Amino acid sequence: MAIPAVLAQVAEGISGEDQISYGEAISAGFAYGLAAIGPGIGIGYLVGQSVQAMARQPEAAGMVRTTMFLGIAFTEALALIGFVVFVLLKFA
Amino acid sequence: MNLLALEFPSIDRIVTFKPLFGEDTPFEFNKVTLITVLAAVLTFILFAVAGSRSALVPRGVQNLVEASVEFVREGIVMQTMGSSGLGWMPYLTALFWFIFFCNITEVIPVLQMPASARMAIPLSLALLSWIIFIVVGIKHQGPIGYFKSALFPPGVPKALYILVTPIEFISTFLVRPFSLAVRLFANMLAGHILLVTFAVLSAALFVKGPLAVIMPLPAIMLVFLTGFEVLVALLQAYIFTILTAVYIGGAMHPEH
Repeated sequence: MAIPAVLAQVAEGISGEDQISYGEAISAGFAYGLAAIGPGIGIGYLVGQSVQAMARQPEAAGMVRTTMFLGIAFTEALALIGFVVFVLLKFA
Repeated sequence: MNLLALEFPSIDRIVTFKPLFGEDTPFEFNKVTLITVLAAVLTFILFAVAGSRSALVPRGVQNLVEASVEFVREGIVMQTMGSSGLGWMPYLTALFWFIFFCNITEVIPVLQMPASARMAIPLSLALLSWIIFIVVGIKHQGPIGYFKSALFPPGVPKALYILVTPIEFISTFLVRPFSLAVRLFANMLAGHILLVTFAVLSAALFVKGPLAVIMPLPAIMLVFLTGFEVLVALLQAYIFTILTAVYIGGAMHPEH
């Protein structure tokens, strides 16, 4: 029973403003972490498939590379919006 | 933020600068403004120098500029717009160099701040691209034809237009300029924060006594990240330019 009492004491010492800033810090970390999952899988799959296409048809490598960068740009945008949310939560 | 008793600077300290002159006026001039002006002037000087001493066998600056022009021509314009888009070559080449100079100041000592890590530069460039592709679309297909082909893509069952048209409107006219600006801005800001974090870490561990043993780790990482950020600066300039070209090309030739 000693440990919960200690925790309660700590929690009593936290003011409302502190709690909000703790919440912001934690949710900022979660925002970026969650936003990176989808684009991570997406870019990995995209580049893997592009490499396979280039290996199968080396003469089409230029065209595949251009399209690959376009796809990366669109996929990456999601992760970057997550990063912006992180910055807004953490610093704004 | 307080990790290992190290003081990490807040975001305000690493992206805002003291005004050099013109405080509290719309013409306030600080380091970011200086870098922007520098980037524009450098782009101008680069092409002036390369063009003034044009030799049949290019050397030095002329070689670099000709290589970049050919890269924009073959790698960006011909791939996305075809030969009818060659008129946009000068704009796209200048755009590429300007964004590259705005980005590369991230790793240049003394300056060490990408001008594109403040929203103003990416946003104005993205709005410029947005206006250009709408105007090009209206010019090439007529005002009704352009919005008809943009909002009512052919080959979709009539009933689905209730769903497709709002999505197309949002993705073409609202999300495009937003994502174009945010992509450049967030990439450069993230790189800047990364470099600052590792620089602070290696500088602080140097004076922290026993912790100096692990000091080489962030210092080595800082060197690698500096090289990586040069790559990112180039890549982001390329991506911004090619997306602008894709949008203009899409407005020129509607899909059938």
